[in-house]
Amino acid sequence: MIIQFICRAILLGVPLLYGSTGEIVTEKSGHLNLGIPGIMYVGAISGVVGSFLYENSCGNDIAAMNPFFAVFIPLLCAIVGSILMGLIYSFLTVTLHANQNVTGLALTTLGIGLGNFLGASLINITKSELPSIALTKTSSFFSAKLPFADDLGWFGELFFSHDFLTYLAIIIALIVSYVLNRTCVGLNLRSVGENPATADAAGINVTKYKYIATCIGSGIAGLGGLQYVMAYASGVWSNNAFGDRGWMAIALVIFALWKPSVAILGSFVFGALCNANNYIQGLGTETQELFKMLPYVVTIIVLIITSMRKKREHQPPAHLGLPYFREER
Amino acid sequence: MNNTEKKVHEPVFHVVKRDDMPLWKAWLIRMATIVVSFFIVGFLSIAVTGQSFAGTYETMFSGVFGRLFEGHTTMLWKYLQEIVILLSLALALTPAFKMKFWNCGAEGQALMGGLASIICMIELGDKLPYGALLAVIAITSILAGAIWGVIPAIFKALFNTNETLFTLMMNYIATQIIAYYVYIKGGGSNVINPVSAGNFPSVAGNDYFVNIAIVTVITVVMYIYLKYSKQGYEISVVGESQNTARYVGINVKKVIIRTMIISGALCGITGMLLVAGKDHSININSVGGQGFTAILMSWLGQFNPFIMVVMTAIVVFLRIGVAKVVDTALLNSSFSEIMVGVVILMLVGCEFFIHYSIKFKHKKEAGV
Repeated sequence: MIIQFICRAILLGVPLLYGSTGEIVTEKSGHLNLGIPGIMYVGAISGVVGSFLYENSCGNDIAAMNPFFAVFIPLLCAIVGSILMGLIYSFLTVTLHANQNVTGLALTTLGIGLGNFLGASLINITKSELPSIALTKTSSFFSAKLPFADDLGWFGELFFSHDFLTYLAIIIALIVSYVLNRTCVGLNLRSVGENPATADAAGINVTKYKYIATCIGSGIAGLGGLQYVMAYASGVWSNNAFGDRGWMAIALVIFALWKPSVAILGSFVFGALCNANNYIQGLGTETQELFKMLPYVVTIIVLIITSMRKKREHQPPAHLGLPYFREER
Repeated sequence: MNNTEKKVHEPVFHVVKRDDMPLWKAWLIRMATIVVSFFIVGFLSIAVTGQSFAGTYETMFSGVFGRLFEGHTTMLWKYLQEIVILLSLALALTPAFKMKFWNCGAEGQALMGGLASIICMIELGDKLPYGALLAVIAITSILAGAIWGVIPAIFKALFNTNETLFTLMMNYIATQIIAYYVYIKGGGSNVINPVSAGNFPSVAGNDYFVNIAIVTVITVVMYIYLKYSKQGYEISVVGESQNTARYVGINVKKVIIRTMIISGALCGITGMLLVAGKDHSININSVGGQGFTAILMSWLGQFNPFIMVVMTAIVVFLRIGVAKVVDTALLNSSFSEIMVGVVILMLVGCEFFIHYSIKFKHKKEAGV
């Protein structure tokens, strides 16, 4: 029961981990990308479109599908789709100095619209009875477990029974954490986010860093959408099912105090909080609805506590959300 | 690597900030962008629906205005109704934005206002006379919205807590409270049947008139408040620079809290308009993401309520019109969301050409 609860929490937490790792990379360059929810939708639908085309080209026959391509094509589509969204965002905010909040929110509108429109179009094409599109074959490749997971009892279930995107999320978060804190590139990126004018004077190409950080961040976030469809929803896309996970990913950034390594644990805590209503005994359906607000309440509490303590290392990048124009001093 | 021999890279062009562009020129650029984006919307719609050029725009107009020229005004009134809901949310956010307080919580504040209205309508509907009931509905929903808005403001004023995320999170808490209430009152069916008590009166047989009148008044009052009142001036000073505001003796904390009470209260009024004036019921999608669109409207309106009227009219036109176009082609209406996104992104992008100019490096200069 407890093992099952933890596994479920991890499964629910992974999309948030992708989203918040991506957002952390972006925010370190000084850009508050509120387009992440839209980008995650686009990542999810790009992956769905990719795997739909591949399944069709194989005649919907699982035997004809190459496991490598079945995983690689959706993965590539998701990354490309979300990086394109990231490019739109960085072109508008970095090159055209547009307001970041407004651009991000418009991008979210665009992304959610794209996801729902393409999803509905695919549903139309398949002429399915249900308002959803099932890619269970591709999903089976995504959620393949490690072969020895079942032999190790609860230990195996807890650590080895997850889909590979879960492990990838943790690896990406650890790599990002390493790059940010231990390498020269990370130092440069953080300086861009803290004070772009100084970074510029030190010879760092601010525009390049901002572009690359936003695009990589978007790519990572898009994978979260893919993981949700392929692993959590077993390959079933239905419109608006992804819900408000993108906003929760942004909340998780604060919860994790802009540290990807903390975000790993934080995402599991969020997953557990999202799921707690299903595991507490004797709750009526109406009380469950109230319990679903737990993750948001916890985020607010973390938000308040971090702002009250004012510890220097727990603060957002100093130039977060502000535009940088070289000639404006 | 020898630094002295390193080739100096000369940029082909560089970007300069404009001092000021004449207002008419700035608006010419914005209008041109709107026209261009309407064509883009048209072409994209044609690309997915395969209809003719003229047919697409005709469907768009008939989707919004119906058979207006034959004397049927129902669609027009519905269009106005949609405009005023979005507009009143945008107006509610404007004082906060002018103060550089990113209130992303219009959704939640409006939902709480709506919740207060529906509770009054259900619980007090048969206990109070009609006039008193309307008064109670108005007072409670204004209070509910104001409370929901002032909580993040208090923390912003005291501890400088990030308001963007705080207000965002408050949206989802409000959503869950609504889900809870709807579940109790709907008897598990997740639907509250329309309540007949406490509805806004229909004027000359028109159910939409009261909403439109209320928002028209708010628009004018907001314009005067922001432009001519002392409080409006304080808001703009705090928005420009908190330090300046402090030096001239403005109590920044007080201004932040007061402005968010106003902003939240206006969102609460929108919730009341939605519940008592339009749906007579409530669910978690009552506001339907318009709280976010309103942020964009307020920003595109340059904090000027009258420009906001134009912007909301354009966006609502697109939303309804494009939805109709793709609907006749049996496609999903989310396409209109994409189009709204495209138009807003283009409008956001065009601001660059208003505030900056590109100077090309000429060969002669570069040769020096």
